[in-house]
Amino acid sequence: MKKTVILGALTVTGLSAAAASAATLDDVKARGKLNCGVTTGLVGFAAPDANNEWTGFDVGVCRAVAAAVLGDPTAVEFVPTTGKTRFTALASGEIDMLARNTTWTFSRDVDLKFEFVGINYYDGQGFMVPKALGVSSAKELDGATVCIQTGTTTELNLADFFRTNNISYEPVPIETNAEAQQQYLAGACDVYTTDASGLAATRAAFENPGDHVVLPEIISKEPLGPLVRHGDNDWGDIVRWTLNALIAAEEMGITSANLEEMKSNTNNPEIARILGTEGNLGEMLGLDADWAARAIAAGGNYGELFEKNIGENTPIGLSRGLNAQWTDGGLLYAPPFR
Amino acid sequence: MSTLTDPPKESFRLSMLIYDTRYRSATIQVVALMGFMLLAAWLINNTLTNLATLGKPIDFGFFREPAGYDINQRLLDYNSRDSHLRASFLGLLNTLVVAVLGCITATILGVLIGVLRLSSNWLVARIMTVYVEMFRNVPVLLWIVLVMAVLIESLPAPNAFRGENATASMSFMDSVAVTNRGVYIPEPLFDRSLGNISLLGESSLRFDVSVDFLVIVAVLIIGFWAAARIKARADRIQEATGQRPTTWYLRLGVVVLPLIAVLVALGFHLGYPELRGFNFQGGIYMRNSLIALWLALSLYTAAFIAEIVRGGILAIAKGQSEAAGALGLRPNRIMSLVILPQALRVIIPPLISNYLNLTKNSSLAIAVGYLDITGTLGGITMNQTGRELECVLLLMLVYLVISLSISAVMNWYNNRVKLVER
Repeated sequence: MKKTVILGALTVTGLSAAAASAATLDDVKARGKLNCGVTTGLVGFAAPDANNEWTGFDVGVCRAVAAAVLGDPTAVEFVPTTGKTRFTALASGEIDMLARNTTWTFSRDVDLKFEFVGINYYDGQGFMVPKALGVSSAKELDGATVCIQTGTTTELNLADFFRTNNISYEPVPIETNAEAQQQYLAGACDVYTTDASGLAATRAAFENPGDHVVLPEIISKEPLGPLVRHGDNDWGDIVRWTLNALIAAEEMGITSANLEEMKSNTNNPEIARILGTEGNLGEMLGLDADWAARAIAAGGNYGELFEKNIGENTPIGLSRGLNAQWTDGGLLYAPPFR
Repeated sequence: MSTLTDPPKESFRLSMLIYDTRYRSATIQVVALMGFMLLAAWLINNTLTNLATLGKPIDFGFFREPAGYDINQRLLDYNSRDSHLRASFLGLLNTLVVAVLGCITATILGVLIGVLRLSSNWLVARIMTVYVEMFRNVPVLLWIVLVMAVLIESLPAPNAFRGENATASMSFMDSVAVTNRGVYIPEPLFDRSLGNISLLGESSLRFDVSVDFLVIVAVLIIGFWAAARIKARADRIQEATGQRPTTWYLRLGVVVLPLIAVLVALGFHLGYPELRGFNFQGGIYMRNSLIALWLALSLYTAAFIAEIVRGGILAIAKGQSEAAGALGLRPNRIMSLVILPQALRVIIPPLISNYLNLTKNSSLAIAVGYLDITGTLGGITMNQTGRELECVLLLMLVYLVISLSISAVMNWYNNRVKLVER
């Protein structure tokens, strides 16, 4: 008994990276819960609500995967991660997937050994300033104090932007969005910069959102999407196609409301394949036939998730923009289910 | 007549390693050592294999890559195109700045509070007790965050200094600006500066040293040396004649006059901070992250040092001060000539641990966004490159070296002040 404890402790200290190559699907099933990394709190994307339930756009992806794999959208253990801790949490196996405003970049995909399974929000980095400052362009920010979350791509873009425009700034590194909000509102920094969606979400939580403006410049591409560890391709496929199912469902007009009806009487073969009444897509993933139907039922299709959490009728008020379906002139495009 | 024969040579048998008490302890130690080495080898091997499986073999090459991020507080020149190594080096300097500032302030505060806690004034002694108990029993991270929150929330933003009806104004004849971003104080400037010496060329560890600074330090050292010579001469005269010549003006003069001469020659003047653009410009800018960290660490560690000082003073028998009093010494002379020299023997060893603690606690800097080495090497660099193991190992090595250095210096000092036994 004692020996087991010691050996167990040794395995942990010996960086149990072996977990990376093990089958995550089996681990999740055995555990009965999906460990999903999210932000420490960004209203609309991932934040605990008044009943201490995690809600939001990224949370929706976690719940869809849990529903597809475990049949229960509530079987998720949400692990709040900061910009700094998220990758270590994923690499060490503490979480099974990361659904947190994380930008798909070359080095993260290739060098950090992660696998981005898709994009659930096309974003770009913006700047927010108090209206009273009278600034109308980011190029007028010479000498400004800028609050920035450390360990993010925005930090690197910020350095590049000011460098290429030959203007100076004073970075104030902070750890979480909440801290940034506190410092920004107290006037300890003139500018807050992060992804434009994050700015909108943060501004919506202010007492007087109208006193603050988001500057027109978008200085980077920030494709945000869920990611998993490199090396477990089966698990990567499950998360990838769950996201694709949500996107395809919107395109095909499958909603959480008409799901059952569609299942019984559709004559569109692709819808039938997604919903598992035709073909064996679920089996190929190592799941059952109903996997995608459960994922869609969990929180609705992509469009429903968007409207409910961050859309124009929410306080965050983001328009679909680039995140519209390809059929509506946006970039969302799920590969065919066949 | 009998002949003496040697006792039969005892032959060595393997079992004696266990059953013979002469060898047994050595056997056990050798076996334990081998076991320990096996364990260590297994751990290292396991780590290396697992990292290789992950596709991330240990590699320090990332240090040469451009860091890509900016560091707000920097003692040396740095920009976002410099390497990760340079960024780590700047973080190290920031760690040392806060450690040195913290140790000095904590010592001054600690000695003061420790002595005051023994005061015969009931109120003063109780207030000091409350201080010590309050700071000792709450984690230092909370103090750091609290001080930072107070600084941010209670002080005016630079905006408040602007315009016709400004709600805040600069203090000390418009020379110091206290804002919620930090404190701006006047900086020393030289009209006829001698420039900088660049050490180590263009490498990542390049280091600029101000010649003005070196000259001033040299003049000060010579001044103090001369003052010491004058004191020694006065001592000699006192021993020979019993009369001590008044030398304080001479001693002050040899330190101050050359310094003033050098400052005038260099064209010394103060640069005042002034509101320009979004922030104050000019002057020395002490960020509130540095102030919060420095203040919180100093106040926290001072509580421990106060207890050490109190213990040290209490450890000296009361008879010592009574005897000194009987010789006619005044209380402050008793303290400096009789009590403290003996108390230092008790005070210094635990003081070393507290300096080490303060230095290690400075790694909590990231809580207030102060970019020390934990923030650069162990934070952003680690995050951007994904080289967790390399960064953490290096970080541990850095703290080990800093701690051992502090320990070595303080032990040297301890050996100097401890009682010489004959």
